[in-house]
Amino acid sequence: MTGLLSLITFAPLAGVAAMLLLQAARPSDEARSAEAARWIALGTTLVTLALSVLLVSRFDVHSSGFQFLEDIPWFSILHYRMGVDGISVLFVLLTAFLMPLCVLASWSSITTRVQSYMIAFLVLETLVMGVFCALDLVLFYSFFEFGLVPMFLIIGIWGGKRRVYAAYKFFLYTLLGSVLMLAAILGMIGMSGTSSIPELMVYKFTPGVQIWLWLAFFASFAVKMPMWPVHTWLPDAHVEAPTAGSVILAGILLKMGGYGFLRFSLPMFPHASEVFAPLILALSVIAIIYTSLVAFRQTDIKKLIAYSSVAHMGFVTMGIFSGNALGVQGAMFQMLSHGVISGALFLCVGVVYDRMHTREIAYYGGLVTRMPVYAAVFLLFTMGNVGLPGTSGFVGEILTLTGTYHLSTWAALFATSGVILSAVYALSLYRRVVFGQMTNPALAAIEDLTVREVVIFVPLILSTLYLGFQPNVVLQVTQSSVDSLVAAYHAAIGA
Amino acid sequence: MNAHDLVFIIVFVPLIGALTAGLFGKVIGPIASQTVTTGLLLLSCVLSWVVFAQWAWGGLEAFTQTLAPFIHVGQFQSNWSIRIDALSAVMLIVVTTVAALVHVYSWGYMAEDESRPRFFAYLSLFTFAMLSLVTAADFMQLFFGWEGVGLASYLLIGFWHHKDSANAASIKAFVVNRVGDFGFALGIMTVFWMFGTIQFAEIFPRVHEFAGKTWMFAGHSWSAVDLACGLLFIGAMGKSAQFFLHTWLPDAMEGPTPVSALIHAATMVTAGVYMVCLLSPMFEYAPVTKQVVTLIGAITALFAATVGLAQNDIKRVIAYSTCSQLGYMFFAAGVGAYQAAMFHLFTHAFFKALLFLGAGSVIHGMHHEQDMRKMGGLWKYLPVTYAVMTIGTLAITGFGIPGVELGFAGFYSKDTIIEAAFAAGRQSGGVAYFAFIVSLFAAGLTAFYSWRLAFMTFHGTPKWAAEAEGHGHDAHAVHDHGHDDAHDHDAHGHGHGSHTPHESPASMLVPILLLAVGAVFAGYAFVEKFVGEGRNEFWRGAIFNAPTNKVLEMAHHSPEWLAWAPLTVSMIGLVAAWYVYIAREGMGARIAANRGLLWGFLYNKWYFDELYEATIVRATRLLGDLFWKVGDQKIIDGLGPDGVSAVSYEVGRRTGRLQSGYVYHYAFVMLLGVAGLLSFALWAWQA
Repeated sequence: MTGLLSLITFAPLAGVAAMLLLQAARPSDEARSAEAARWIALGTTLVTLALSVLLVSRFDVHSSGFQFLEDIPWFSILHYRMGVDGISVLFVLLTAFLMPLCVLASWSSITTRVQSYMIAFLVLETLVMGVFCALDLVLFYSFFEFGLVPMFLIIGIWGGKRRVYAAYKFFLYTLLGSVLMLAAILGMIGMSGTSSIPELMVYKFTPGVQIWLWLAFFASFAVKMPMWPVHTWLPDAHVEAPTAGSVILAGILLKMGGYGFLRFSLPMFPHASEVFAPLILALSVIAIIYTSLVAFRQTDIKKLIAYSSVAHMGFVTMGIFSGNALGVQGAMFQMLSHGVISGALFLCVGVVYDRMHTREIAYYGGLVTRMPVYAAVFLLFTMGNVGLPGTSGFVGEILTLTGTYHLSTWAALFATSGVILSAVYALSLYRRVVFGQMTNPALAAIEDLTVREVVIFVPLILSTLYLGFQPNVVLQVTQSSVDSLVAAYHAAIGA
Repeated sequence: MNAHDLVFIIVFVPLIGALTAGLFGKVIGPIASQTVTTGLLLLSCVLSWVVFAQWAWGGLEAFTQTLAPFIHVGQFQSNWSIRIDALSAVMLIVVTTVAALVHVYSWGYMAEDESRPRFFAYLSLFTFAMLSLVTAADFMQLFFGWEGVGLASYLLIGFWHHKDSANAASIKAFVVNRVGDFGFALGIMTVFWMFGTIQFAEIFPRVHEFAGKTWMFAGHSWSAVDLACGLLFIGAMGKSAQFFLHTWLPDAMEGPTPVSALIHAATMVTAGVYMVCLLSPMFEYAPVTKQVVTLIGAITALFAATVGLAQNDIKRVIAYSTCSQLGYMFFAAGVGAYQAAMFHLFTHAFFKALLFLGAGSVIHGMHHEQDMRKMGGLWKYLPVTYAVMTIGTLAITGFGIPGVELGFAGFYSKDTIIEAAFAAGRQSGGVAYFAFIVSLFAAGLTAFYSWRLAFMTFHGTPKWAAEAEGHGHDAHAVHDHGHDDAHDHDAHGHGHGSHTPHESPASMLVPILLLAVGAVFAGYAFVEKFVGEGRNEFWRGAIFNAPTNKVLEMAHHSPEWLAWAPLTVSMIGLVAAWYVYIAREGMGARIAANRGLLWGFLYNKWYFDELYEATIVRATRLLGDLFWKVGDQKIIDGLGPDGVSAVSYEVGRRTGRLQSGYVYHYAFVMLLGVAGLLSFALWAWQA
């Protein structure tokens, strides 16, 4: 199956080409090209999904190494290297899974420059896939940084009122990290003489060098996660982004930070990871408690969910740097689960935003009387957000907490208070939006979910419950790679 | 069919019912939804009794059926499984019997509600979650069931979701339970790293290895098993509404009355007691935690009983009574008499469900009135309800004749607990002795508030006719409890008192009558097996007593006067209630009208809600605002993105804003410092 990864990565670009060709053939007809763009985007993302399912079905879960390798020499020491292991393969699937849903979610809510919008999404898909498949530092960096551009455009063009401010803030934060990461990458290539990620994973940097490289990567990944205190771009970006933009942002882009920690920081800089683990734990614990409390006080539905994302990412960073199999497996699971649940929650916001064009919590209330199906769907994902056992949200939390406990009972103690706080903000949001009396007359005619919306939610509901009851399907895929990562980490730090 | 197949059906048919009514209730309609859920629950109930009979009389062996993997990461191995032993066999019949009867009862009680499919779906979902809890073979499934019943409880308390009070109560229940689960989760983590497994069967034989060992947690060195059990017990305190974490239970009465009977009296709230008994192989090696359990149980038994004296809402009185009885169960477990705790759990399920469903019948007959001050003299109008409520009252007050050993259900179980506490107190003194004194005193209080309820409701002069006009805004301004069970579409639809009270339909009375049978005979029939000579044969290792733990033997050799003591105090309680509410009718109202200090203290539930509101809830809001508006917006954004753009703009201007900018820069550095210090602390305390 050589070439499958490249096929998955660049398949979305075929859709872009099709749109451009169609437009070249019929340049003037705006409405028809918009309609065509939607269908082409949907078709392309579905084909990519099918290819990704094929990838996972052919993936050998017993091997901890990289699979589906592609290696084409470029110039000098640079190669076009692609490959996936247990840590990256499911991110490919998650991306492919969320993309068609994003296209569907934008079906009628995006009415201006539809073709450009769909092109931005398809390009974004290619770049994200590239991030998870690239096995060459320079290639990785290119995908990683260019990935920002379509997102920047999606927020800046199709965003809300303060979209420029949000896009600017988003840009400013990530810029800082990127510059440092680029410098670190150049340094790594200079020292090791290779840009191959598998080779670098076994290359031994001296502990002193590791510290600096770790910090440079940390600057980039911490912003992406985002970790406290560099998280403030996220709520603004979410609030201004269109619904599908938020889904991709929360569902996939945030995971690039966690993926980076697992792919680079832990295996390449184990000594520095050990040194900085207390810092990460402290920042994670602060993120969990601080942002949960902030989430509780929000008046904007999307901001509340955005802050809750930061808190949930706190469990991820904590789990990764616990350095044991439980913590890392939990972090992997938490990222995948959060991709589904937070994506679904932003879609839930999108449902009412499309109808009422406001995200003010106080505007709503009593929706259950007019929208019982919506209420049930929203409840399920609220419970997932709260980490109720039986939803996928629970598994990642309990595993990361248990993993962290081994490293620091203090951190586990504080972080576990997150399970109380998540119930506080999530249930109070649900109560204010869905329950109570419907007092706002503007809501009197609000309609329940349409067939298209139900089609979007059904796969998300099934994933949340299936992963909640059968988390092993994910844990089995990630197990070999995580075990070897953890074993190498412990061997390196001599513990 | 063998027992393996039966238990599979028992556990999963309620889930099928829940899914059918929940997903297709709109399509198939309320009657079909009710029929399916109730029918399946009755099936589950009958099969549970078959399994229980096989256990108690047929020599069924304990077994664990593994169904599917749940979470497998290294040694962290959890499976979906069904564990059958004496404990789960008892819980199976308790859960399915009360659940089945409550399903039937709800046909009548909820007849006017349009959302019946949803209601029955939730009830069945609860039953499934509770069954998965009691049949768990490892901590993860236990936690799944634990939070699953919490979800069902949340949904059912807030069933009438147009009511703000119901929504507030449902969130409170969930959040307070989460406080408990915070401890529970930490307990599970401790157990995992201690034993390297979360399977009960692998942990229990190895607990003794950790006797006397220490464990580092949060900077302190703790006695290992005490720590694990103590953390787990916090979970039990939340679920079983024990002192400090009890505040959600009275508010949970916002839910429909059948829910109160099933979840908030007979089954879910007893999960904490069940957990402590299930984990007796651990608790037996946790002497300090056992003392804590005893103390918390005793305080709860006393506290809730005192509060119950002054409440006027019929459901709240019973809710506090539940809280108090749960306290009895806990201190029984705390002194090592787990069998007695389980026995009281068993008998209590019958008479407390009976009392709640009886109260529901009263509320139904009174057209949704819950204030006992507006009742009185109802015995003539609700004769069946009156009869069964009297049985329930006799059962909860533990009425029986010590000399001939004949009495109602509570007589056997509560007296065993009192005797066990006495025995433990004589042996070790301390908290067990305190528990014993409390148990006697609270028994008197129990009799007082139980008979007070009976007298105010069924005896005396009717208040409902006189109150037809202008009811509502009298003395109870402190607490706006509303007419909690007001239905969405009230077919009665008239003011209170304009109709004469009426007896409930057969669908409601038959379940109550069946529970009455349990309230009369459950003690007599099972005392031998649960706590008597046959107890070792019955429990067959499901409950562990350390070799030094002889509490139950000693309890059977109590002095003669002790056998009469509970009866004496409950008679005093009865006579006092009779004096205040019958002989000097109106005296109770006068005491309340005086607004004495003690009365206010009890009426306001020791001011717990006010205390928590003023401290924890307020602090949460303030901190949230502080972090958001100062932390994020001023400090982080002020220095970060906004600051960067502002610097070029502001540098030349040297306005006052620049100075305030310095403040935030300074604060940002401080924040970093805090993060650094915390990191250092975590590094230094790696343990």
